[in-house]
Amino acid sequence: MIEAIMASSPDFLLRHAPILLVITPLVLAGISSFMPNGRLAWCLSILATAASTICALVLLGEVQTTPGGVVSYALGGWAPPIGIEFRVDALNILFLLLITIIGFLAAIFSWPTVAAEVRQEKRALFYAAYLICFTGLSGVAITGDAFNLFVFLEISSIATYVLVALGGNRDRRAFPAAFNYLIMGTIGATFFVIGVGFLYAATGTLNMADIADKLAQSGSSRTAQAAFAFIVVGLGIKAAAWPLHLWLPNAYAYAPSFVTMFLSATATKVAIYALVRFAFTVFSANIFDPGTDFVFLFGPLAMIAMLACSFQAIFQSDVRRMLAYSSVAQVGYILLGVSVGTAAGLSAGLFHLVSHALLKGALFMAVAGIVLTYQGTRISDFAGLGRAAPLTMTAFAIAGFSLIGMPLTAGFQSKWLLLQAMLDQGWGFAAAVIVAASILAVIYVGRVLQAVFFQPPANPRKVRQEAPLILLIPLWIMTLATLWFGIQSGTVLALTNEAANAAIPMIEGQP
Amino acid sequence: MSPETLLLATLIIPIVTAVAIYLLDAVPDLREASTLIGASALFVTAILLVASMDGGEGASLNLGQAAPGLEFAFKLEPLGALFALVASGLWIVNSLYSIGYMRGNRERNQTRFYMCFAIALLGAMGVAAAGNLFTLFIFYEILTVSTYPLVAHKGDANAQRGAQIYLLTLLGTSIGLFLLAIVGTSTVAGSLDFVPGGLLNGQVTPLVGSVLLLLFAFGIGKAALMPFHFWLPNAMVAPTPVSALLHAVAVVKAGVFAMLKVAAYIFGIDLLRDLPATDWVLAVACFTIVASSLIALTKDNLKARLAYSTVGQLAYVTAGAMLATQAGFMGGGLQIAAHAMGKITLFMCAGAIYVATGLTEISDMRGLGKRMPWIFGAFFVASLSIIGIPPLAGGWPKFQLLLGAVEAEHTYVVWVLLVSSLLNIAYLLPIPILALFPPRGTPEPAPYKRPEGAPRLVVIAPVITAAGTLVLFFAMGAIAEFILPIAGGV
Repeated sequence: MIEAIMASSPDFLLRHAPILLVITPLVLAGISSFMPNGRLAWCLSILATAASTICALVLLGEVQTTPGGVVSYALGGWAPPIGIEFRVDALNILFLLLITIIGFLAAIFSWPTVAAEVRQEKRALFYAAYLICFTGLSGVAITGDAFNLFVFLEISSIATYVLVALGGNRDRRAFPAAFNYLIMGTIGATFFVIGVGFLYAATGTLNMADIADKLAQSGSSRTAQAAFAFIVVGLGIKAAAWPLHLWLPNAYAYAPSFVTMFLSATATKVAIYALVRFAFTVFSANIFDPGTDFVFLFGPLAMIAMLACSFQAIFQSDVRRMLAYSSVAQVGYILLGVSVGTAAGLSAGLFHLVSHALLKGALFMAVAGIVLTYQGTRISDFAGLGRAAPLTMTAFAIAGFSLIGMPLTAGFQSKWLLLQAMLDQGWGFAAAVIVAASILAVIYVGRVLQAVFFQPPANPRKVRQEAPLILLIPLWIMTLATLWFGIQSGTVLALTNEAANAAIPMIEGQP
Repeated sequence: MSPETLLLATLIIPIVTAVAIYLLDAVPDLREASTLIGASALFVTAILLVASMDGGEGASLNLGQAAPGLEFAFKLEPLGALFALVASGLWIVNSLYSIGYMRGNRERNQTRFYMCFAIALLGAMGVAAAGNLFTLFIFYEILTVSTYPLVAHKGDANAQRGAQIYLLTLLGTSIGLFLLAIVGTSTVAGSLDFVPGGLLNGQVTPLVGSVLLLLFAFGIGKAALMPFHFWLPNAMVAPTPVSALLHAVAVVKAGVFAMLKVAAYIFGIDLLRDLPATDWVLAVACFTIVASSLIALTKDNLKARLAYSTVGQLAYVTAGAMLATQAGFMGGGLQIAAHAMGKITLFMCAGAIYVATGLTEISDMRGLGKRMPWIFGAFFVASLSIIGIPPLAGGWPKFQLLLGAVEAEHTYVVWVLLVSSLLNIAYLLPIPILALFPPRGTPEPAPYKRPEGAPRLVVIAPVITAAGTLVLFFAMGAIAEFILPIAGGV
């Protein structure tokens, strides 16, 4: 399929795919804010995300065919390290694909829920904000420039604050949630930019590849170490790494359904990408030692996150809050995989990241469908919906099984890989934590499924009503993807292995 | 048909049956007919498969891989073939019984009931034919999840609580311990295939081997080794046909079958003999045998007593595997078949009594035998088989296990087996004897709840299986020869 796209795409696209991926949604965001009604803006957002998806696929082909596996694009013709560079390798193409494909599916699915939850006059602006957020996230993933990464991070964050606050139309608690997120997010961004400042002071450059080279020559310094600390904390907030996750549960619970779905599948994932990028490639020389630093820094925190937040999820009465706590726990799984510091561990963490993005996206889509037709999001509101909306709830159940890690789902594959990576290193304790957290997931997912399928409806007058088709199609695409990657994980595994190998050898090459 | 096609058919038939049942929701007669047809087709397929086996080598099938090293592989060997035959054969009898029971009791959600039953059989077939631990684990979990709605069938608070304990224990042990053991095996051995003689044999230190063995022994929660046995009594909230086929045959036998298979093909007799943990697991199994029999004595609820009896009888299989002798393995393998036939009979009798009279407590059943002679006759025969009295099927495995215990020089196991048989007599035989020959002055039992008594199908089914225990006794020699390869014999 990649070859077919590569062969049929014009030369212009092949040459400028990196910038087109980012600039198309940005331009269309501007245009869509002038649209007279939401429906046109919706069409524009589908168009923009589709265009970006095509660019990402083309880039995948280019990365796989380029010797060395790195596609570099100099913005405005200014050669790096002077100018800004967009740099795509096996690590970030994975994230670009994830963001664009999920962004595209999310855009298709969005209309019914946006029409129900956002006021008429704000819909066009809502889509503009969505496209800006999308631009920011893909920009973070594509850029090779540290400061530029900060800019894109802020573009996406500011758009996100707006999107979360728009949930205030349905539930006014969205306003404090958005405000908390804004404060925490801004602190994170500030930490990050201070870190970048220190890096510039230490190396005199902002190009990430160049920083890595300069650090390798100059050796470690207090300034560079301070930069590492600031950047890790800043990105840790954005990634909702425990204990910096406090903004997340409320933001996810009260944002518009569509926003929650999109953010859960992409936003924290991109921050994790930036973390991996900085730790494994930028700081890999002299400052960051994967064998020790992340083990002691992120390993314990990740395990606490997995257990504590899974435990908290059990006691939530609101399905979206429950899923939000589960998301923090899943970030723990990913960071645990990353913290092992081996290629196998990183690959397992990335695989979990992909499978979690798919399944959590599907879960939130299903919840959005229920919110649309039945309003409530408490577990008691879900009682008996297995009969009322079988298609939506079956997808929910399959994604829920994947969250638990049942066999034949992508969630099982990722847990398998994680367990193997742990045992390979002799981390029996971490493996025990993984399975313990999975058992907690059985409980919190099981609570909802039991209400859905085995309890009588809370309100017997509810008629049988599925979510609209436009919502069901993307939902089932993501659900079937979690099943498919559980049965045939080869495609994703190849991508995550390549990504891990792109990040790791720079470390393993060292004495 | 080629053996490979047949093997695929054992997996496809239950799926097709489930779909047919779903589609025929509105026409109960056809729906039940499709269950019976599916069950019969499955049994015939299983027989053809066994016939196609050649000296311990069965059909194998590879359906691709989920990831490198994780293959959906199937390979039939004698023990699996035996399990598949038992499960599919008893599914037919049990379906007849289910139809009588579910209609007689006017149960709701019958379509879901029959569908989940078919999917549970898919799980059992997959476990039986699995060619590696990964495939076995998948179908083991399918079996767990598909039986949850059956346990929760009644839908009241009690049933939901029982079903929660059921699911949580089985998923908890399988994810928490079994999966860990599998990943550990894959890390140590670099493979998950079932290898005659033992995959891990010669590849592990005693410490690692012991840890893995303990993880397997307690992780295979369906084998109901104490302290992870409590899901089984809790699962008795299910309708009786479920208790009969699933919690006496398919689910629990999948557990002990997996245990035997792991013992024979992952560890192997030689490695088991050397591991210190083997003796510990053996001791736990012996404790389970005695303790569960003692608990069974205290239960007045018939299904609860039978459930604890099952816990004890399952531990025989685990004990057989942990004796690490040829006779022990054989005893374990034969026990799978013999106990299945006997215990399904007992459960079906319990269900027949319930449908006809609504009685669940043993103390209320005195003198009931005059009105239900066939049922209590079948109960009596099956009890004798469970106790292990020849010429009934249960005699053979007990004999083999005794041999194995002597051979392995575990004297205490011999005593455990003897004491257990006495306890079996004490908790099983009084039930039919007091029902058939009540002591003078026993008050008349309560009248029938259903004026016409138990439906005919509900009576016929246990009589068939009770007769089966007798037939099986004479077939045991052939079966023993058939499964000899698992114990490393020729």
